[in-house]
Amino acid sequence: MNLTMLLELAAEGDPDRVAVTCAGVDVSYAGLRDRAAQMAGQIASVQSGAVAYLGANSPDAVALMFGSALAGVPYAPINYRWTDAQIAEAVGRIAPVVVVSDSANEQRISFAEQTMPLPAQADPAAVATPAEPEDPGVLLFTSGTSGTPKAAILRHRHLVPYVLETVEFLSADPEEAILVSVPPYHIAAVSSVLTSVYAGRRMVQLEAFTAESWVEVARSESVTQAMVVPTMLNRILDLVEADGHGLPALRHLSYGGGRMPASVVARTMELLPHVDLVNAYGLTETSSTITLLTPADHREAAASDDPAVRARLGSVGKALPSVEIQVRDADGAAVAAGEPGEIWVRGDQVSGEYLSHSAIDADGWYPTRDHGCLDAEGFLFLQGRADDVIVRGGENLSPVEIEERLAAHGTVAEAAVIGVPDTEWGERVEAFVVPAEGAVIDPIELREWVRAELRSTRVPEAIHVRPELPYNETGKLLRRVLRSDLAAVRQ
Amino acid sequence: MLSATCATEVMVVRGADVVLECGGLPMVGSAADRGTTGPVAELAHGTILGKRYAHQGSGLQVLCVKAGAGTLSIGGEALVPVETKQLPSSD
Repeated sequence: MNLTMLLELAAEGDPDRVAVTCAGVDVSYAGLRDRAAQMAGQIASVQSGAVAYLGANSPDAVALMFGSALAGVPYAPINYRWTDAQIAEAVGRIAPVVVVSDSANEQRISFAEQTMPLPAQADPAAVATPAEPEDPGVLLFTSGTSGTPKAAILRHRHLVPYVLETVEFLSADPEEAILVSVPPYHIAAVSSVLTSVYAGRRMVQLEAFTAESWVEVARSESVTQAMVVPTMLNRILDLVEADGHGLPALRHLSYGGGRMPASVVARTMELLPHVDLVNAYGLTETSSTITLLTPADHREAAASDDPAVRARLGSVGKALPSVEIQVRDADGAAVAAGEPGEIWVRGDQVSGEYLSHSAIDADGWYPTRDHGCLDAEGFLFLQGRADDVIVRGGENLSPVEIEERLAAHGTVAEAAVIGVPDTEWGERVEAFVVPAEGAVIDPIELREWVRAELRSTRVPEAIHVRPELPYNETGKLLRRVLRSDLAAVRQ
Repeated sequence: MLSATCATEVMVVRGADVVLECGGLPMVGSAADRGTTGPVAELAHGTILGKRYAHQGSGLQVLCVKAGAGTLSIGGEALVPVETKQLPSSD
């Protein structure tokens, strides 16, 4: 049982159905399977421990993931936005490695003994040995928002059950099409390929995301569903609102990969009332989604007068049936509903394993390093990375809570809050805000605004106005950039 | 694993120490071991491509990767199809 089985089943069940569309070119399930088998022969012709891919989304990138599994080696998509030195370091960590690039990136790899190109022809004597369930299927470098990227190992036994448990084979209607715009090195791109192939849902690939190309392709390819990260969604909504043409074919939109402000969710429901919304929370180390806020949850929350139900628009939903979630305190004890703590997760799809070590405990639980709380109904609310929690005079403060309060003020478009070293308190709260269009920030008024709703310990001691905030390309706020900017200024 | 009585092929999703049969005969490891007789009449309801089948007593779960005419069973007791808890797509 390995990843390629999912593709082989689709190719057996409906060989001529279109699997992938990219730049107007269609590839069928049979075509994709044949291409994967061809690549497996090429991969098996050299001795390597992994296949790295440096490039944008393409049908060949999809075939390469399945071809790697057929050849029994893991597929390792690399972030092409990294510098050449970062790429060389990452590739070196998984050597001996075959590296495949798209044309835009082919000059960026220096081939050497342990870093090999894909042979142009398969050696007829080479035998591809397909991966076993225990073998690594995908190596993914984590986004490294709070440090050096770690290489996470996802084995076939982590990746396949999630698909079998949650997707009915060839259940997609023939007109269904999903627009894939997250880059190949993101876990959502990997899981999107697996679930789409098994469902028989055509994937429409964007080589790289721009809001303009997303809207254009969504319309021209009659895209019925898509997954977006927070920074993408607001830009898409701006375009759709400005030209008034809507997204008539779109029925289903999922979002995740970073915290989505409740205001953006409400705006989406207003502008695209016919679209089902799904919020998903997951990590690279958990083979993608572990909690879901379903379309019904969205509608119930939006229509409710009960503040606790209404608040669920800002929740990431409930655990999948195959996944257990606990919130624990610093001593590792589970806390009561409503109490904050670190989020722990357990399930077949949870890897929690890196090239360097495994973070899974003896009972199979993985500490996510994310902070949050569960409400009485089991809805999970995220409060940011454990590393971002501000400890002020012994009190733990969630930056997210303060950011949400700041962003709710009419003059503020975006807000970020960090802890700054402080001789008296250990850390003190400082905020960065981007003004709303045409608005002027009044720091005194904003501090009063925070004080009116939250405790005085949460009031930022300084408010810095910025034209924009630093995000990575998949929409994660880079608080460490703000911390180092501030540290550099004050030295 | 291959059926000895029909075209059915399965892959093990959750293993168990049991002998899986299809169409009334134990499944085999290679095409050369396939028989020439078809499934027995009471175990000829067929398998469906992409369907998971489970045996409650042992916990065995298999995925049908090639459909055929036989019924999967253990000791003559038919395996039951596993319902997928289909979730809204999130990726």
